[in-house]
Amino acid sequence: MTDVAVPVTTRKDWASDQEVRWCPGCGDYTILSAVQLLLPELGVRRENTVFISGIGCAARFPYYMNTYGMHSIHGRAPAIATGLAVTRPDLDVWVVTGDGDSLSIGGNHLVHALRRNVKLTILMFNNQIYGLTKGQYSPTSEVGKITKSTPFGSLDTPFNPVSLALGAEATFVARTHDLDRKHMIETFRRAHDHPGASFVEVYQNCNVFNDGAFEAINGKENRADMLIPLEHGEPIRFGANGEHGVVSDGQGRLHVVEVADVGEQALLVHDEKRADPGLAFALSRLATGPHQPTPIGVFRAVERPDYGSLVDRQLLEASERAGAGDLSALLRSGATWSYD
Amino acid sequence: MTTDSKTVSEPGRVETIDQVVIRFAGDSGDGMQIAGDRFTDESALIGNDLSTFPNYPAEIRAPAGTLAGVSAFQIHISDHEILTPGDAPNVLVAMNPAALKANVSDLPNGGILVINSDSFDERDLAKAGYETNPLEDGSLSAYRVYEIPMTSLTIEACKPTGAKPRDAERSKNFFALGLLSWLYHRPIGETEKWIARRYGRVPIVVEANTLAFRAGYNFGETAEIFESSYEIAPAEHIPGTYTNVTGNVALAWGLLAAAHLAKLPLFLGSYPITPASDILHELSKHKNFGVRTLQAEDEIAGIGAALGAAFGGALGVTTTSGPGLDLKAETVGLAVSLELPLLIVDIQRGGPSTGLPTKTEQSDLLHAMFGRHGEAPVPIVAAKTPSHCFDAAIEAARIALRYRTPVYLLSDGYLANGSEPWRLPAVESLPDISVEFASEPNATGADGEPAFWPYVRDPATLARPWAVPGTPGLEHRIGGLEKHDGTGAVAYEPGNHETMVHLRAAKITGIANDLAPVEADDPTGDARVLMLGWGSTYAAITAGVKRVRKAGRSVAQLHLVHLNPFPPNLGKVLRSYETVIVPENNLGHLTRLVRSDFLVDARVMSKVQGTPFRVGEIEDAIHEEIDRLEKESQQPDAAGGPNGAVAGHNGKEAEL
Repeated sequence: MTDVAVPVTTRKDWASDQEVRWCPGCGDYTILSAVQLLLPELGVRRENTVFISGIGCAARFPYYMNTYGMHSIHGRAPAIATGLAVTRPDLDVWVVTGDGDSLSIGGNHLVHALRRNVKLTILMFNNQIYGLTKGQYSPTSEVGKITKSTPFGSLDTPFNPVSLALGAEATFVARTHDLDRKHMIETFRRAHDHPGASFVEVYQNCNVFNDGAFEAINGKENRADMLIPLEHGEPIRFGANGEHGVVSDGQGRLHVVEVADVGEQALLVHDEKRADPGLAFALSRLATGPHQPTPIGVFRAVERPDYGSLVDRQLLEASERAGAGDLSALLRSGATWSYD
Repeated sequence: MTTDSKTVSEPGRVETIDQVVIRFAGDSGDGMQIAGDRFTDESALIGNDLSTFPNYPAEIRAPAGTLAGVSAFQIHISDHEILTPGDAPNVLVAMNPAALKANVSDLPNGGILVINSDSFDERDLAKAGYETNPLEDGSLSAYRVYEIPMTSLTIEACKPTGAKPRDAERSKNFFALGLLSWLYHRPIGETEKWIARRYGRVPIVVEANTLAFRAGYNFGETAEIFESSYEIAPAEHIPGTYTNVTGNVALAWGLLAAAHLAKLPLFLGSYPITPASDILHELSKHKNFGVRTLQAEDEIAGIGAALGAAFGGALGVTTTSGPGLDLKAETVGLAVSLELPLLIVDIQRGGPSTGLPTKTEQSDLLHAMFGRHGEAPVPIVAAKTPSHCFDAAIEAARIALRYRTPVYLLSDGYLANGSEPWRLPAVESLPDISVEFASEPNATGADGEPAFWPYVRDPATLARPWAVPGTPGLEHRIGGLEKHDGTGAVAYEPGNHETMVHLRAAKITGIANDLAPVEADDPTGDARVLMLGWGSTYAAITAGVKRVRKAGRSVAQLHLVHLNPFPPNLGKVLRSYETVIVPENNLGHLTRLVRSDFLVDARVMSKVQGTPFRVGEIEDAIHEEIDRLEKESQQPDAAGGPNGAVAGHNGKEAEL
């Protein structure tokens, strides 16, 4: 690299001059600060960093980052980011989205960005509610959700975002939550460093329209017994003293058990690099919602060539085969004839 | 067909004719498009002027032998300049009863009918809906009918290959091509080479097609069933090197050229849709030009990715047609707000909804003009002939880059698939359309430090700077929310919004300053009627105007390439004619625009049948209007009215 050293930056350098306008107490603030704390540690340049968002509360994120950024159209950020990432492999492209933006109106673009493995870091803030439109249920809201648009309770089964991403052939899938800055930073760091599309579900509290949605699992007193940290190569166990664990019943089902009952040797060992996504998928189904012990951390991290580099390889191969494009020769590539 | 000599003659006789229109028609699996394409290339090599019109069904393989499955290819060749594929064929090649039934009514009395008689069995007759065999019931007596058992002759010819009859039969399009190649003295060497190239991977197919092709040619020569064969001399041409192109290929090449001239990488985000897909196919072949093509998950992603690429400094393009255009509208609005260059190529087809996917129409102009929420002006450029698609693509890109705006480039199904000889431009003669990226701060921040404001405008063009990610010191955020004039920060102030709405509008209106004034083609200078057009009607209007002038009458013509904004002096030109007639394949899109912009009493001549205007229709409409004006001049007080409507193609009065 002939590049001069990346300048040393602090959190302040990554904050724009715009006043942050989320509701006081919104979980988005801690996510923003986690990202702004992480970026100085990544050894990347502000000018090479781009945040692209769609529409929704989360989508205001780019305005607060002193980088390049685009606040685009509801649901379309992954598509727009795909065009940018494929033409500019030198950039770090982040997509910030919400549960409505990425799983409802933009569901199609999310799954295709993941299957193509476009070099994008996708942070999906999941608050299980529509905040910006003032409180309708979202595609991750629990069945029976009472909102303005569902006064008698919502009827539709929610998405499990981690399951969905795994089903979409994602190569990196993780989950974190807005009350644990350190965990967020480490998860985002892994996502950023992943050479391909990475998808992070961030449980995020909307204190105005869906306050306490994750309290049962990430409340201070509940956290130890309800959050299951996933560590690659380590037995899956949790609890203040590691007293709980996860085992497989040999039928493809996972169960939460007491380590004392089954013994340490029986615990499932996490393997985020397994080519087959079955284990990651089973882990994503361990909890049916944020009221049961829920895994957090990296579910899956496997390597597959990213889309942009495959595209570039084809361009290179074509040039090697046919020579650099010659416009004049192209115009004359069919049958031609001349008159004097 | 006009002939210079007597029509009755002895075998072996060669007649010289000045032009002919041939239509190949068969089942969509019969390879008629290939036969037509090859005949076109053979004719181009002779130096005839030519124009083609492929017409095929939306179904890939409609039930064989039915009317729904008929595919046709019409080619007009001549020894003089021509513009259209011809109003009606002089020669119809019908490979089966359905092809005959669907096309014979277009053949004028005395026309040549070449029929594959093998296909006129009971089953095929029934499928086409014939109760009696037209070869036997006298219904074709008005034509010069040549019944030739093409299927069995092809199978016989292919025997040496060992191919099964069922497979050998598939070469019968080459038999028909060989026969017509003999009849019109086309050179056959190039087609034989082409067969070898195209089917080279399957030697038995190369052999079968070549044998069938030669058998057709030799059959014409030896069977002595044709009274004569025909020669058509080369047309006079402006010196230069020519090739034959379809509109879609010319458009794809125009995009490659535009990127080259702009010194930018080309990115195409597209979702397959008829009849636009060939642009995606063509560009995907030329990766050695550095073009990145993304077959997106949907139309929205296609344009979204193109816009993302534009943000990163590429020439971003999306291509679409029909319903795809509707889906792109929201992103076009974002591009208007972001003020980034973007090309939206729309190959218009019959609508609404799925409409007529393979048939031409010009009914998207008002969508391009107005089809977005909010005040969202977008420039529009329209191609007028297949080869002009090349120039139109460069012009659309020039406007997009210079003014940092999305631009609609309109073509249509007729231009997309039709072809014409094209005098190739020298690449060095093409315009430089490159623009500069911003590289320096352009303002002073509140802290007194140099700052970059993304919405500071160039006073001449009102374009904002294009600062691409990767440029240190110019980091900025843009979005769909209203922006502060200058800083680009989110701004909801009422006065600022009004300023921004006006600035965005003025920027687009101001493009007219960049456009050359238009001049009507009015050789005698005394025409009272102006034929105003846009897009693919150019050929028919120009040919119709020529015929009227040949008859000694004056008529003026003006064809627009820039539809938003209009050329600066357009209103003045329109107002200088007593009548402005606008032939359009819609119900009056351009008509509405010029009426509302210039308060001129322009009148639409409408045709929406999925096919282009016939020259005769245009010619008749001009005569009718001149007659009306002359009558009115003789009787100044007589009725006739200021709104004397123009007769449409169907004789009904067409009004807005």
